[in-house]
Amino acid sequence: MTKIMNSKMIFNTKYRQLLEFVVEAIIRISGYSAVVFVGLIFLFLMQESLPTFGEVQARDLWSQRWYPIENYFGVLPLLSGSLIITLGAALIAIPFGLMTAIFIAEIAPLWLREILKPLVEVLGGVPSVVLGFLGITVLAPLVREQLYLPTGLTAFTGAVLLAGMAIPTIVSVAEDALDAVPKAYRDAALALGATRWQTIWRVTLPAARSGVLTATMLGIGRAIGETMTVMMVTGNAPQMASGLGSLFISLRTMTATIAAEMGEVANGSLHYHVLFSIGLILFLISLTVNITASAVLFRARKRTERLLS
Amino acid sequence: MIRLSRHHTERIVFAVIGLAAVATAVPIIIIVGSIFFSGAEAVSWQFLLEMPRDGMRSGGIWPAIIGTIYLVVGTGLISIPLGVASAIYLSEYAADSYWTRMIRLAIVNLAGIPSVVYGLFGLGLFVLFLDLGSSIVAACLTLSIMTIPVIISTAEEALRAVPQSFRVVSVGMGATRWQTIRRVVLPQALPGILTGVILGLNRAAGETAPILFTGAAFFLPKLPNSIFDQTMALPYHLFVISTQVPEMPITIQYGTATVLLAFVLIMNILAASVRSWQRRKREW
Repeated sequence: MTKIMNSKMIFNTKYRQLLEFVVEAIIRISGYSAVVFVGLIFLFLMQESLPTFGEVQARDLWSQRWYPIENYFGVLPLLSGSLIITLGAALIAIPFGLMTAIFIAEIAPLWLREILKPLVEVLGGVPSVVLGFLGITVLAPLVREQLYLPTGLTAFTGAVLLAGMAIPTIVSVAEDALDAVPKAYRDAALALGATRWQTIWRVTLPAARSGVLTATMLGIGRAIGETMTVMMVTGNAPQMASGLGSLFISLRTMTATIAAEMGEVANGSLHYHVLFSIGLILFLISLTVNITASAVLFRARKRTERLLS
Repeated sequence: MIRLSRHHTERIVFAVIGLAAVATAVPIIIIVGSIFFSGAEAVSWQFLLEMPRDGMRSGGIWPAIIGTIYLVVGTGLISIPLGVASAIYLSEYAADSYWTRMIRLAIVNLAGIPSVVYGLFGLGLFVLFLDLGSSIVAACLTLSIMTIPVIISTAEEALRAVPQSFRVVSVGMGATRWQTIRRVVLPQALPGILTGVILGLNRAAGETAPILFTGAAFFLPKLPNSIFDQTMALPYHLFVISTQVPEMPITIQYGTATVLLAFVLIMNILAASVRSWQRRKREW
């Protein structure tokens, strides 16, 4: 009897060790999946965009005419379109987003907070095509009539909607940062006789500044990468944008160009490779934004650790 | 110049900030309200369950709904195991080393990559290089890579929230590392993981750009037969009927927007209720 039990137990242990080994191996490999994916994305974008630089002169790429049918691949209109629309979105989203975050975290009574937070999350969940659809049917006619423009499909319309997509990111990250400021800081300021606003402005906000900065950057990152909304409402004309006045003409972004034209090009053609190069530029921009944002947070965490220890 | 007392300043500043919050909140209510209000009359069982007719100008949106469900399920099948395994690695196995920091940086970056770049990548790798063609499976793979960072970060947070003492006790009773994770840590973290999964899949359900060149079809006369077929999808369908089809009746556009928005909002509410249910039943 005991003998049978023993062999069974030995088998069980062996089996368990094997299972442990296999499972651990799978988990370790999965652990690195994110690194693998980022690497793969970079590799493929590089591989598919490299032929561009052999066939098109850098001078022609850095020019003002995007007209792929006749092989004019000047990316400046698209680059400037993306920049101006993102700038417009940032000018709206940053003040409104940060003020909403301050309101939710520091000022609003609890019941209002419980309404506002989910509401902003709802906005974050609205698919970009739904916003784009409302942009076409509601916002664009409004912009045309109110601003006396020939068309409502302008960079400004896109910027307003992009601000709507960036605000949830800004609010949630900034609100987390404000929430993380120890209550003792506020109590100390109030005990010294500061008003609530003085406490927010001089104590809470400076203490949360790295988080607030990250919030802004991630919001802008979200705006510059948005595709469907801008493709639907900005009019898609590859014109050069110069200054904020260009907000009121039709423009086209890098993202919209890829989305609109990739479906119609022949795989492996020059146009195909140029579109991949634009994708590579977008990828590098988002990499820069995100690495900077996490570096800011990382350094801030180091600082707090030093202060607290 | 009048010098305001600091109490007056406070009142004015608070009023401005309050107004900004209202100005942010009210449009959200208008957006959701106007979609549902204008779309409600278009939505009926016929609209949900019929094929589109007359070049999509009448009939229903059934193939788009089915397509989105296929895409969400397929994306879940790939991204849930991979994302959760990756989260387990980060929370239970990884030391705080250089490589772990690289993984975290990669996750942050992956989450920030523009959706259209995912589309390009999916086209390059899955559609062309692996020769899957523009198909459901290629679209699901592309959407999975986009979804994984969301699942990893929420699942890791949920796993980390399980108190260390649970693990210590389990290992102390002779359980192996994997037994501890499977029998103790995972069940405790399940609601949190579920929230992350729902949020991630929700994003996949609403995205258009990643499936544009990897599997979405403009119009199909019948439902897809296999995972190597193209499929219609709700967000892409809304894009098509609001920009590509002339003389499209506005009620159908609003109806489609309503269905998509309702789908996404219901998933959001589901995620939120799982989260609050978990807070209430938590045993520690």
